[in-house]
Amino acid sequence: MTSVITTRALVKRYGALRAVDGIDLDVRAGDVYGFLGANGSGKTTTVRMLLGLVLPTSGEIELLGGRMPRAGRRVLPRVGALIEAPASYGHLSGRENLALLDASGPAGPWRTRKHRIAEVLEQVGLAGVGRRPVKAYSLGMRQRLGLAGALLRRPELLVLDEPTNGLDPQGITEIRNLLLELHRAGTTVFLSSHLLAEVEQLCTRVGVLDRGRLVLQEELATLTAPTGATVVQTPTPDRVRQALDGRVTAIDGERVVVRGADPAEVNRLLVSAGIPVTGLALQRPTLEQVVLAAAGPSTDRVEASR
Amino acid sequence: MIVVELRKLFRRPRTWATIAVLNALPVLVAVLLVLTDLAPRPGEGPVFLSAVFINPALFALAALAIVLPLFLPIAVAVVAGDAVAGEAQAGTLRYLLARPAGRTRLLVAKLVAVLAFVLVTVVIVAVVGYFVGTTLIEPQPVVGGGTSVSGTSLTQQELVQRALMAIGYVALSMLGVAAFGLFFSTLTDSPLGATMGALAVLVASSLLFTLDAASPIAPYLPTRYWLSFVDFFRDPILWRDITRGIALQGVYVGVLLAAAWANFTTKDITS
Repeated sequence: MTSVITTRALVKRYGALRAVDGIDLDVRAGDVYGFLGANGSGKTTTVRMLLGLVLPTSGEIELLGGRMPRAGRRVLPRVGALIEAPASYGHLSGRENLALLDASGPAGPWRTRKHRIAEVLEQVGLAGVGRRPVKAYSLGMRQRLGLAGALLRRPELLVLDEPTNGLDPQGITEIRNLLLELHRAGTTVFLSSHLLAEVEQLCTRVGVLDRGRLVLQEELATLTAPTGATVVQTPTPDRVRQALDGRVTAIDGERVVVRGADPAEVNRLLVSAGIPVTGLALQRPTLEQVVLAAAGPSTDRVEASR
Repeated sequence: MIVVELRKLFRRPRTWATIAVLNALPVLVAVLLVLTDLAPRPGEGPVFLSAVFINPALFALAALAIVLPLFLPIAVAVVAGDAVAGEAQAGTLRYLLARPAGRTRLLVAKLVAVLAFVLVTVVIVAVVGYFVGTTLIEPQPVVGGGTSVSGTSLTQQELVQRALMAIGYVALSMLGVAAFGLFFSTLTDSPLGATMGALAVLVASSLLFTLDAASPIAPYLPTRYWLSFVDFFRDPILWRDITRGIALQGVYVGVLLAAAWANFTTKDITS
């Protein structure tokens, strides 16, 4: 599979602080890559280095086959980006903002500009916004406009930093469906977020950053693969322990974890023992459990040094 | 890219508000002159003001002389200081550079836009001054006066030529201010800070200029030769200070723009 983003031993140091400490990212074509990490773990610095905004202290970045930041002029037109909050010129309309952004760099031909702008405004749900200046937009509308700017040149790679920030639940679903649709059409998506639920619903691969280090990089399906145990919901957990002596590994209220990767077999044993079963499922770790196991405590915490 | 920057600058209401305010002071001066009929005597008051009753068209130059010491530099410092830092503060800088606009290209485009602002502003002040002068002020025969600062009279053609050269000289002096503004603008994410930095340099320069103890460095102060545009209207033109002024501004502009470029192209954009 072709690699879209590759970094090797990427380091960014601010004085004594190593904001990004030797990470090796590997994002392949067709991935929806979830880039997870607590606030302050170095996500944004990494995204900015990928886009050539922050210059690495050491290490290499390859973006769409070009060495960044040198190849920026060649590869960045094929990348759409939403970096932290969206930003635009408040006194101009959304349409004018998109036109200015498009005219500011290479590979945005003016002949197709009007058409492309109309198309992306339609895609993000701002087609009817008219000539209103951006300063009169709501936060959600600005977020949609930012996304429209990222989609303007039908990029091969979308780099999105918290794209659903400021959107209401309907808006989040809408944007998620839009991203899935773009992904089906062949766009690779690099999604930086601290919202685990969002990543779990969208992504195929996950990288977890903790204090500047990449502590985990794996397919989501592998991370949340069944553990080989079955979870039983029952109003009488003690009777389950008696019936399946030795196979019960944990009891938590009405939730009993039983060793054995075949829920049907577990069910048969319990029903034949006359135990009521209200729920039955294969045990899978949630992404939250995986991330918490891999990463340390929140980096917002500043402990006194001992 | 340059077209984009010009569109951004001149579609902004603030740009035109600045130019309007800049023109208010000379217009006020003209109205007061007409109402009171009290022109300063030759050799006193702002340059050219004494001559406007002989040739009202000279009010164009008087208007420039009125705004040059303070108003015009402030306006230029505001626009130049805002150039990069304003984009940084609004957050649009990261999108421009990720587009990618190219850091050198963006800086050049910003410089051209500021230069266009300087030229447009200087020309508008001169044109408004010309029309205000010719419509409000009635020429009067004054004994012992002349259209040149030296007391002789210049032909209409000479006046136009010299006025154009003077406008060019003023624009170059303002380019020096713009270079300071642009340099500070690449250092900070606060447009106000960049503008204040450029103005602080000018205030310091003007202050040192009046200080005798600072006379060894006086020839190198950025504001030292600003008012030498008056020398275009001596008869004959007194070139000495003008050429020195051009050379000095050239050095300042060159060094500051090189510094701005070196800083901006190696900077981490964290805004």
